[in-house]
Amino acid sequence: MFQLTGEGLIELNVNGETRKALVRPADTLLFALRERLGLTGAKPGCENGDCGACTVLVDGWPIKSCLMLAVEAVGREIQTVEGLNGAPIQKAFVDKFAFQCGYCTSGFIMNCQGLINIHPDASDEVMQEWLQSNICRCTSYQEITEAIKSVLITENT
Amino acid sequence: MIPLNFEYYRPETLADTVDIFDKLDAEGKQPMYYGGGTEIISMGRMSNLTTGALIDLKEIADCKVLEYQQEQLVIGSSVTLTQIHETNLFPLLSQAGARIADHTIQNKITLGGNLCGTIIYKETVLPLLLSDSQVFIAGPGGQRTVPINSVFKERMQLGKGEFVAQIKVDKKYVSCPYVHVKQTKQDKITYPLVSICTMAVSGGIRAAFSGVCGFPFRSIAMEEELNDRSRSMEQRIDKAIDLTPGPILADLEGSMEYRKFIIKGLLNSIINQLEE
Repeated sequence: MFQLTGEGLIELNVNGETRKALVRPADTLLFALRERLGLTGAKPGCENGDCGACTVLVDGWPIKSCLMLAVEAVGREIQTVEGLNGAPIQKAFVDKFAFQCGYCTSGFIMNCQGLINIHPDASDEVMQEWLQSNICRCTSYQEITEAIKSVLITENT
Repeated sequence: MIPLNFEYYRPETLADTVDIFDKLDAEGKQPMYYGGGTEIISMGRMSNLTTGALIDLKEIADCKVLEYQQEQLVIGSSVTLTQIHETNLFPLLSQAGARIADHTIQNKITLGGNLCGTIIYKETVLPLLLSDSQVFIAGPGGQRTVPINSVFKERMQLGKGEFVAQIKVDKKYVSCPYVHVKQTKQDKITYPLVSICTMAVSGGIRAAFSGVCGFPFRSIAMEEELNDRSRSMEQRIDKAIDLTPGPILADLEGSMEYRKFIIKGLLNSIINQLEE
């Protein structure tokens, strides 16, 4: 049985690498990624699961890393925005000017990447359903929608 | 950041889960079962959590099942709302779960967590009440399978150390005609002003509600009034609303009068759809 009874080293599979992190069982995945592994792409926003700025992929699915304990992620495959390495969705965000201040961008991109991976043929309805998990206070929603649609369309043709 | 310190355990069998609960409880650690964890983490961050140990149920094989076994759909308590929606084996449950929180959080919320959490809405219980589902419960006293309509009274009535392992739904219910409506005050992603699940079974309408009282419920007395076709539609609905099993909520989502107004309108539309 896997257990962690106090502060200790855990192994996390992040962006294809096995990384060790010193955490308490109560530390969130967001904390471990940023403060232990130096992966600051996932942003702390509300830290209450509302804003989506901390979204990463866990086993391919978008997860708000503020609502996941780091210990829960042991044995799972984590992907952060640092692991995308110039994916088409990143270029699409640039091409479509899909950000203003940029704070929400990595979370949006990871959610979009999850959708591209899981439902590359997503309908507009499904796309809207997924995108509603993230908030952009600069209100770049139209440009973000255009960015994700351009990648979904590109991959379908 | 969660200021509280606790231990974390992730058992893989029902027996190990019960054993570790007993051990931690004997040590005075007030162990708590952990599903998707969204509510527990939020409570922890706000220092509204008291526990010395979390027992994560997500790696228990019995709790990960999502399949038909003979004539029953078996759904493990660790199955996420997204898994239920993506497989769509029980469309009414899929639809009710797909309106809880947002899509990304649905990747984390488990069926068991939604049923057993402290948030009052627990909208996934509505389809399970309508379909006379069975609940497979494990705990220190052994294992038992009981009708959800007997174990869910305002909340899941579990003994100390017990946890929900599986939900079992008879196949005949998953394809019944249904209507699900969730009405919110303003935003799409928020708690319900009123959430109603209805199902047409053997010529009658079953109805379960969330956001109406301080707990989700299915009321046979209300269903009898709703199905009394000797009365006008307005009378059927008025009499049913008079029989809610608790005071109708009046809070920031809406006043009691507004909720009644909304329920009347929704039930009128729903009954017309199901009786067409």
